[in-house]
Amino acid sequence: MAHVALADKEQELAHPKTWIGMYVWSQDHKIIGIQYIITATAVGVIALILSGLMRLQLGYPGVFDFIQPDEYYQAVTMHGMIMIVFMLTAFFLGGFGNVLVPLMCGARDMAFPYMNMLSYWVYLLSVIVVCASFFVPEGPTGAGWTLYPPQAITEGTAGADWGIICMTVSLGLFVVAFTMGGLNYVTTAFQARTRGMTLMRMPLSVWGIIMATILGLLAFPALLVSVIMMTLDKTLETSFFMPAISSLGENLSHEGGSPILFQHLFWFFGHPEVYIVALPAFGIVSDLISTHARKNIFGYRMMVWAIVAIGGLSFIVWAHHMYVSGMNPYFGFFFATTTLIIAVPTAIKVYNWVLTLWRGNIHLTVPMLFAIGFIFTFIHGGITGLFLGNVVVDVPLSDTYFVVGHFHMVMGVSPFLVVFGGIYHWFPLLTGRMLNDTMGKIHFWVTFLGTYAIYLPMHYIGILGVPRRYYANGTTEFLPDSVQSANVSITIAALVVAAAQFLFLINIFWSIFKGRKSARNPWRATTLEWQTADYPPKHGNWGKELPVVYRWAYSYSVPGAKEDFIPQTETPSRYTKGEGDV
Amino acid sequence: MTATLIVLALIMGGVVFWLIYQTINVHPWAEEGPIGQHHAGGAYSIPAAKIGLVVFLCVATSLFSLFVSAYFQRMDFSDWRPLAEPDILWLNTAFLILGSLFFQRARNAAVGSQVDGVRNNLLIAGLLTFAFIAGQLWAWQGLQEHGYFLSANPANSFFYVLTAIHALHILGGLWVWSKTVFRIQNKTEIYQVRMSVELCTIYWHFLLLVWLGLFALLLST
Amino acid sequence: MAMAIILIFLVVGSVVFHFMSPWYFTEIASNWGAIDTTVTITFIVCGVVFVAANLFMAYCIIKYRNKGKNQRASYEPENKKLEGWLTAITTVGVVAMLAPGLIVWGKFVSPPENAAIVEVVGQQWQWSFRFPGKDGQLGTSDNRKISIDNPFGMNEEDPYGQDDVLIEGNEVHIPIGLPIKFLLRSKDVLHNFTVPQFRVKMDLVPGMVPWIWLTPTRLGTFEILCEELCGIGHHTMRGKVTVVEEEQFHEWLAQQPTYAMLVAQQPGNAEAGKAHYQVCAACHGVQGEGIHALNAPKLSGQEDWYLERQLTYFRDGIRGSNPNDLLGQQMAPMAAGLVNETLIRDIAAYVQTLPDEPSVQTVQGDVKNGRDLYTTCGKCHGKQGEGRWAVNAPRLAGMSDWYMVTQLKNFKHGVRGAQHPQDATGRQMESMVLSLNDKKINDLVAYINTF
Repeated sequence: MAHVALADKEQELAHPKTWIGMYVWSQDHKIIGIQYIITATAVGVIALILSGLMRLQLGYPGVFDFIQPDEYYQAVTMHGMIMIVFMLTAFFLGGFGNVLVPLMCGARDMAFPYMNMLSYWVYLLSVIVVCASFFVPEGPTGAGWTLYPPQAITEGTAGADWGIICMTVSLGLFVVAFTMGGLNYVTTAFQARTRGMTLMRMPLSVWGIIMATILGLLAFPALLVSVIMMTLDKTLETSFFMPAISSLGENLSHEGGSPILFQHLFWFFGHPEVYIVALPAFGIVSDLISTHARKNIFGYRMMVWAIVAIGGLSFIVWAHHMYVSGMNPYFGFFFATTTLIIAVPTAIKVYNWVLTLWRGNIHLTVPMLFAIGFIFTFIHGGITGLFLGNVVVDVPLSDTYFVVGHFHMVMGVSPFLVVFGGIYHWFPLLTGRMLNDTMGKIHFWVTFLGTYAIYLPMHYIGILGVPRRYYANGTTEFLPDSVQSANVSITIAALVVAAAQFLFLINIFWSIFKGRKSARNPWRATTLEWQTADYPPKHGNWGKELPVVYRWAYSYSVPGAKEDFIPQTETPSRYTKGEGDV
Repeated sequence: MTATLIVLALIMGGVVFWLIYQTINVHPWAEEGPIGQHHAGGAYSIPAAKIGLVVFLCVATSLFSLFVSAYFQRMDFSDWRPLAEPDILWLNTAFLILGSLFFQRARNAAVGSQVDGVRNNLLIAGLLTFAFIAGQLWAWQGLQEHGYFLSANPANSFFYVLTAIHALHILGGLWVWSKTVFRIQNKTEIYQVRMSVELCTIYWHFLLLVWLGLFALLLST
Repeated sequence: MAMAIILIFLVVGSVVFHFMSPWYFTEIASNWGAIDTTVTITFIVCGVVFVAANLFMAYCIIKYRNKGKNQRASYEPENKKLEGWLTAITTVGVVAMLAPGLIVWGKFVSPPENAAIVEVVGQQWQWSFRFPGKDGQLGTSDNRKISIDNPFGMNEEDPYGQDDVLIEGNEVHIPIGLPIKFLLRSKDVLHNFTVPQFRVKMDLVPGMVPWIWLTPTRLGTFEILCEELCGIGHHTMRGKVTVVEEEQFHEWLAQQPTYAMLVAQQPGNAEAGKAHYQVCAACHGVQGEGIHALNAPKLSGQEDWYLERQLTYFRDGIRGSNPNDLLGQQMAPMAAGLVNETLIRDIAAYVQTLPDEPSVQTVQGDVKNGRDLYTTCGKCHGKQGEGRWAVNAPRLAGMSDWYMVTQLKNFKHGVRGAQHPQDATGRQMESMVLSLNDKKINDLVAYINTF
């Protein structure tokens, strides 16, 4: 039986007529993507507020007397976990992945629309469970986002009963949701690409999202395994991770377990997780830079292979998070080497972004500002990663504010700049209106400069030795008073940056209703998502016939062409007479 | 983590090799025109559902290999007391092998469009699988009676967890199986269930392999 | 254009910040200068990349920004030669950082054969230490054996353990110039043994014994911090390590009790304590019930280890010497006469025999609010305020409420705890009460009154 791709089966797409069918129980990938984006943004705002509380405490210890030690550690934990898992992972893969993959591949929808819808609702459930932990007795877990046992499940930690259970259940649900979504993104990209859309004609956004999804599909099980076993340790007194301990003077019944085993499992997920967030950002920023510099991405093939190589290597570097964890120190040789090897493909990506600007025709639009800002912050975060990846350099710096500064630059600020850049770039596609430019520029400058003012000093007080995850430094002899001044200035910068994010939300709401109507392809981009039948695209995306792709995604400023871009779908003159196949 | 690394290295190696092989000599900027043989363009003619299943099997492989890695790491600690596996596991294994066989027969019948063959073989395969689940519960029951509780020793804990996770996967499969049987009973045309039968068959073979792996692991340690 | 100028500004600013900022490594006090060197190498390599890449980007923005409609970008899909060169240079840079790093790591993983051994014991939220005695071997220990009488979890049967020197109380001395291997053992959760001036650090993991080694090279007292989140008191888990000359070290070590000595120690004698208690009774009451009018808190029902420690503190001027602590200053001379430890133990033992009647309640407050606040306190002092010996947290339930209010205010304002470096447990309270104000203190104590 000859196979017909799902994308061609018109009857598979039932167009719902009711409002609920269209916008709530929707199976349209764009609506699901927007649902993901809204939910992720909402929890992101919660996590942002938590970080504000932490900064108030650190900048003005004892002045803001509503933050107790247990609440501080709960804020640390929830801020980290929400931002990494429920915000960034969900935003990039659930949000951008859903919106962009079918559109950029030329598919009508995801391969399994029903499962895609289910993915969102399970994700929402996981978000509800994690937020519910704010309201359980003793509040959410305060174990740090790494949830290391024994600490996470013993009494000396805030939320060691209800809070940690809410967290593990919620993470379990998230893994299920992600797997359902991930199956969709991968299958769609491999199976439902339209005619002519070969692998090497795909925009780098799709490459980044797909590689990140593959990483997620293989790495999230490690999180699932570790939270299942930890939940059993907590509730049924097994001893997977729990050795014999005397917790606050009380001898617990566990014995023989290995806390290090948890760390191996956790970081086996945790390190690829960094790239689950980073790779989509790499891909999207490549497209932003290319489009707004009106130049093909420099070294497209190297970019693709770098994404693939980084994805592959990311599975053999996990223990660089564990150099001082007490694991066999000889592992340090192996993991330092693999970690620094991964710097090479990453550096290639950075070079190629900068070289794309070189001899380009750079339009400093708001998305482009965010993209350039990303290159700067990512270089900064990347090279501080070289410090921490090199085992012996990591030893004095690990668990200090250097680490906090590093990972916020590399997987906080950098991906967020891409998220913002992506929103400014694709907002017209989903709404038909442009975001306000002035507000966008203010948002960019405050965010970009403000975050640098936050994180640059953190690196240096970290080198000095200020430990991370301290409710208060108290009287610590080797810390000069200037450290407290640094903390004050960091707090002020953080509050200003946080305020700018609310300006961004205002911009979004204002522009949805009052924004300038956008032209059909406002950035004059080549990629498929701007070539839909309707603008903004409707359910099914492509009208009667699927688009046919004739060239790669980066035909900008092709010599001899009339315009400085040629859409992927534009029929070359020698095909205009209707002969289809070559 | 060695076990996981080997498995994932194979999967990731496959992905990386395949992608690089697909892309190595391509100069996308130099080519213009609608490349691709069939109407779905550059994509692949394997049905979406099958690709989806294969991807899911990779996820499940990762999950089980991680459990096995954890098993090996935990085994090295001194408090590990190997568990004497109940004999009924041999019978259960036989059930699962037979179940897989009957699924294969159902699939062959589906290819040959024999409705009765599909129905009968499917029913037998499902019953055998239920027998497997019941047998696993029986094994748990037996262990409990002999005092091998979940938290008594890590070997016990792993036994319960591994069998439970495997059984959960089987139950998921049985849900799809029941939908397929239901559709056959409702006199659906054979081509409409062919895909379901085929996917179930692949899934059962996979879970049989996983079980054989787990069983060998449990027996040998 | 603004973008380019800002980029240049940020690059120059970052470099200036690097050299001008007051924050860099503390002065090193161990043999691990090589670590600082690898950090410097990394700074140089990375700094060059940071400056070069960003300045080139700024240059591109200035030169190639859109200036008008007719501008076109060049079309250059790839440049294998350029990419090859960049890859090669990057690889060289990576090797330049990695190779020295791995060589130093080679030293890190091979402690000298002759290194002396000291065991660092971590628990929520304190440090203690154990030296092998004359036999040079540490006795075995087991977390399951930990109890109030055996806080180190020593194996009482092990002959090697009898002469082990046990140091409770967060402070340790080590000799200068000799390699030392620190064995890191945890009683409960993960901790991390960090002395910034030593550069090296490692986690304490229950169930196993990681280690680090170093040779102290500078005399002085350095702060020990826990750098692995270990619960709500993580930031209060401090200790001190003092590097001294070898002779002084041996003198100091000789003064510390061995395990055998601690086991042989006689428990306090309540009969003997009764006589000495008569002095105390004048203020604290014959039954130890406390007399509010005399500002003397209730003693009965309080645990002996806490009474013993506070008496010692008062005697040694660790408590009651702050000019703002008027009541403490009254107590100090009373305790000054308790010249030997036996006396103190006897008195504490006698207090244990007094009838434990809940004290009269004098403090009003919002109990519900107090309950929320007490979540933090309960981690150490127990959910019902029963106190926990393991974390040195005294009993609160049924004790004098006005006294708790006074003491919480003292902790908050640095009258107790903060200004006495030796009051390790008092210092821990200092940062736990940061978020309390007068109203909250009343609410909290009102809730404690409900136990």
